[in-house]
Amino acid sequence: MRGRRFRLYSLRSSGINPSGFHPSQIPFYLILAPLVAFMLLPIIFIFSTAFKPLEELFAYPPRFFVVNPTLKNFRDLLSLMSISDVPVTRYLFNSIVVTLASMVASLFISSAAAYALSKKRFRLKQTLFAVNTVALMFVPIAVTIPRFLIIAKTGLIDSFLVHILPGLAMPVGVFLLKQFMDTVPNEVIEAAQIDGASDLQIYWRIILPMVRPALATMAILTFQATWNNADTSALYINIESLKTFAFYLSTLSATTAGANLVAGQGMAAAAALIMFLPNLIIFIFLQSQVMSTMSHSGLKG
Amino acid sequence: MKAMGNSFRAWLYREGNAYAFLAPYAILFILFIVVPVIAAVLLSFTYFDTIQFPQFIGLRNYITLLTQDDIFMKYVLPNTIEFAVIVGPGGYMLAFLLAWMLAQLPRLPRTILALILYSPSMTSSVTMAVVWQTLFSGDQNGYLNSYLLNLGLIQETIQWLQSPQYLMPIMIVVTLWSSMGVGFLAMLAGILDINPELYEAAAIDGMSSRWQEIFYITIPSMKPQMLFGAVMAIVGTFQAGAIGVALSGSNPTPQYAGQLIVNHIEDYGFLRYEMGYAAAISVVLLLMVLFFTRLANRLFRSEEER
Repeated sequence: MRGRRFRLYSLRSSGINPSGFHPSQIPFYLILAPLVAFMLLPIIFIFSTAFKPLEELFAYPPRFFVVNPTLKNFRDLLSLMSISDVPVTRYLFNSIVVTLASMVASLFISSAAAYALSKKRFRLKQTLFAVNTVALMFVPIAVTIPRFLIIAKTGLIDSFLVHILPGLAMPVGVFLLKQFMDTVPNEVIEAAQIDGASDLQIYWRIILPMVRPALATMAILTFQATWNNADTSALYINIESLKTFAFYLSTLSATTAGANLVAGQGMAAAAALIMFLPNLIIFIFLQSQVMSTMSHSGLKG
Repeated sequence: MKAMGNSFRAWLYREGNAYAFLAPYAILFILFIVVPVIAAVLLSFTYFDTIQFPQFIGLRNYITLLTQDDIFMKYVLPNTIEFAVIVGPGGYMLAFLLAWMLAQLPRLPRTILALILYSPSMTSSVTMAVVWQTLFSGDQNGYLNSYLLNLGLIQETIQWLQSPQYLMPIMIVVTLWSSMGVGFLAMLAGILDINPELYEAAAIDGMSSRWQEIFYITIPSMKPQMLFGAVMAIVGTFQAGAIGVALSGSNPTPQYAGQLIVNHIEDYGFLRYEMGYAAAISVVLLLMVLFFTRLANRLFRSEEER
């Protein structure tokens, strides 16, 4: 049987998920190369510009790649004060606190909800999961205004919690976690129940360790959503010292470092790089976990 | 009374834990998703200027939107449709084709290329605006202008982000650039998970072309992932609406060239404080998303569900 399968593989010459290089893959490399280069270009540009010294930023004609890299842009950025005397490091600190708190909270809240939707038995289970699935197509930007009114009513304006709480309602996260938990065999849970394990123990000791890839994916999605979020600060926070780095960066583009102010470009790129790098590093470390979660992302119509 | 207490206790014993696990998420879900949607629908039937209590005015907001809002009909709606059709289905098909091509490569190059294609979606559109403004800067110091001048393709500098004819194409390219997100990864995983024996069986049955394989094996075998990807593409498309304002630096965008429905909502909600009218536009947006998701549902409904 194995030999037969091997022969058929070689008959088809190549296919999905090949184990090595084969000449038939060359066309794919040729088509992908320019597309990948195009996708990569703006990111290389951020790297390059972030390390450019002033004279290269002013150079005419402008040069894409940096020649004499320097850290000056980062130093300038971090020592910069916003118009209202808040140091940039404060924005950065806020972003880090808010992002970490969101990640921890959303991991617990979403996985607990997913556990109930996947493994518990109760009458409204199917209905509630269906509601969550419909909410996958929820477009937060569409209800900015009623959300604003509700947040104003609940007294969350100008509180640190407003950075965290709305983002915790993340239907995609619960959906992915639930789909992944469905793959944990029920026998494992039944065995634990016979041994007298409580729900909390089953959730904590059995389910969570078994769905680590989905938790990693959830962590990444929450990180991206929170770390990149500039809207919350713009809409719900009036106190400058409670705003986040992403917000500060969005004001850079509008005011001090607009496209015409060449000197600001370097700092803006340095800031964009600080925004982007943590995303990239976390994703590189967790990419195999993300891919195994995505195998279970299927949505039944 | 006692019986009721007992049955409640029995229910609590049976289902209480499940609701306890659900409760924190459910509360946030209701507060930040369900209530805002209901509030948007209710507000859409009122006149509300944020100072006085909302006044019920029936369907007048919708009637105004459809009959008197020239900007909506002349710019916002056509722009939104153009943007959504190219970025939505266009980006979706691109994501599938890229995922499919990546699946034909061995693991290491596939992982590296997938990472590169995915990485733009990790940037946030607001912060990237700074970078795009530098690249598309209108003076001769702008990178694009400088290169095109050098190559002799243009004679004088172009105000890329301020001219109505270029803003929309740039918005589309920029959004497509960052649209290879979660849906793209889901489709890649879906393609890789297809049982190779299906392809072998098809090869024995005489299926020879790659296109046949895609349409008769790959897509039907991964319908759930295709649907997930489609929903993500639709939501991402409408969510990306702020890009025009971010690029041009002004709402409304120059001559309304990049004005999308999301900007129209903000224009009325936060600049003119006509919250009722803005809510009506929000409801129209939500209905559009619902409509397109329904359409995707039709296309990729799994066989056994029919």
